Amino acid sequence: MKKSSEKGTAVKTTWRKALRRDWQLYLMLLLPIALVCVFNYAAYPGLRMAFMNYKPAKGYSGSEWVGFRTFQKIFRDADFLRALKSSIVFNLLDLAVGFPMPVVLALMLNELRFRRYKRVTQTILYLPHFLSWAVIGSVAYAMFKPSTGLINIFLMRIGVITQGIPFLTEKWHWAVTYLLIGVWQSMGWGTILYLSAITNISNDLYEAAMIDGANRWKRMLHITLPGIRSTIVMLLIMNMGRIMGSNLERLTVFGNTQVRDFQYQLAVYIYEKGLQSGKFSMATAVGLFQSLVGLALVLISDRIAKRLGEEGLL
Amino acid sequence: MAKSGRKAKTGGSEGLRAISRFRLSDILMMLFVGLLCATCIFPFLHVAAKSVSGNSAVIAKRVFFVPIDFTLDAYRSIFADGSLVKSMGYSVMVTAIFTLFGMISCTCAAYPLSRKRLKGRGFFTLLLMIPMYFSAGIIPSYLLMKDLRLLDTMWVLIFPLIYAPSNMLIMKNFFLSAIPDSLEESAFLDGATNVQILFRIVLPLSKAILATLSLFYAVGRWNAYADNMYYIKSDALKMVQYRLYQMVASATEAQTTTLSEAAAVTSTPEVLQAASIMFITIPIICIYPFVQKYFVKGTMVGAVKG
Repeated sequence: MKKSSEKGTAVKTTWRKALRRDWQLYLMLLLPIALVCVFNYAAYPGLRMAFMNYKPAKGYSGSEWVGFRTFQKIFRDADFLRALKSSIVFNLLDLAVGFPMPVVLALMLNELRFRRYKRVTQTILYLPHFLSWAVIGSVAYAMFKPSTGLINIFLMRIGVITQGIPFLTEKWHWAVTYLLIGVWQSMGWGTILYLSAITNISNDLYEAAMIDGANRWKRMLHITLPGIRSTIVMLLIMNMGRIMGSNLERLTVFGNTQVRDFQYQLAVYIYEKGLQSGKFSMATAVGLFQSLVGLALVLISDRIAKRLGEEGLL
Repeated sequence: MAKSGRKAKTGGSEGLRAISRFRLSDILMMLFVGLLCATCIFPFLHVAAKSVSGNSAVIAKRVFFVPIDFTLDAYRSIFADGSLVKSMGYSVMVTAIFTLFGMISCTCAAYPLSRKRLKGRGFFTLLLMIPMYFSAGIIPSYLLMKDLRLLDTMWVLIFPLIYAPSNMLIMKNFFLSAIPDSLEESAFLDGATNVQILFRIVLPLSKAILATLSLFYAVGRWNAYADNMYYIKSDALKMVQYRLYQMVASATEAQTTTLSEAAAVTSTPEVLQAASIMFITIPIICIYPFVQKYFVKGTMVGAVKG
């Protein structure tokens, strides 16, 4: 889609002419290109570690090539399989719970009657996005600790429970708390793109629908929702790429020994195996697997979306 | 019913919306959104109240949202100890340098790539966007930083992330959609150079997006600490969020304070931790209301797909 429009507008010029006319622009481009080359592309050759038995002391040239043996090894590694399972399950749940929430919230914010109320609530709802996981985690502990957490204190005061609920220290409770905090953190900020798409919907459509007697619910369903459909699809495709990867900061801040089963996801696996235990080849192989699956999921879902007649992402 | 009718009159003077009446569904939605907002405010109120309350009241679990036995002891300890204050200053510095360099590299990429006549535009765009979709992962990056002699330095927290493809995309889309081509073409025909056009025409028209992206850069740097976990060993080079994380992580296992003897700590770990959280969060909360009006506008324009 993008390609064709570029070809349409680009006038055929020779490089010599282009350089003379736009040399300042090319000069500007040098900076970001140098940055990606040094800090991104220069890291790609390091991926060959996944196919080597890499020993830090020997370096790349001294370590032996092992082909796909590292991959065979990780797929027999119980830790990896557990981490893979937890990653997939939790990220799918994250998607199922966390993805619709901003859509619903955006539809609601759009329907709010008082401008000022809408503005103030929006501002407040964006706030969690601007706080680090360290802050969110420590505040969450202040809320959810079994004996000193605010929620447990409150519930005990009113006599609903006699013993604190282990929101963050028992794995099934943890799973729910972890997911809800994730939704809470991302819901407000997630509405921005939808709200901007909603402002692009023509008012005439709403007026016509109202004259035809469509109530609010029908307008929401038949005008607003179709109006933001391409945004929903675009964000869904982008989110597909995250099914493998989890946020290390979010996982570590809520990590403790009691919930290790669920908290030990791929991001934690790579961090602990790679940087803490020095198993560079294995961690790189897992990282590569994670990146490739993520990329494949984005490309496949983009293809599917296009086949279904959507605009897609790429 | 009479009451809701009156409300509609006061609030619904905005054209279309005024036609329909104020209904139960309006109240329910307001309540729901209000409830979600409460979940964003009350936890912080609680921590704030705790941070300025007396030890005994906190231990007796009497503190909810209002401080009891008001005292600033915990904050006094934080300042007496100085380490958190120092890493706060360090974080501010890193964030400031990062934001400045980030905006420069972002503009240097976004402006040329938004010029449709630029030869090789497709190729350069691809070159600069691939890192967004495919990253080499932690270990290759770690070894790269080691080779570049950047491990355990301040610069490892700055250089690798100053060029951010997602921010570049937002800026490029803004340039494409908000700045009319004709404006630049005429300036170009009048003999203005590309750089002159950028500084005299494009940037002055892009204040909203510049403010937004500066905020994204600043907040992104201020909040992220995963790279601290990977690359930084020295305490002096750790950003304040990472310090907080380490405090939380150690406090869940055993109730210990991380402050030195010199701080003459009299507060309980719980109060001290609450004060640390507030100490780190207050800067964000202070600047947040002032910048938020820009970023909503900026993101909305920049987010237009193109």
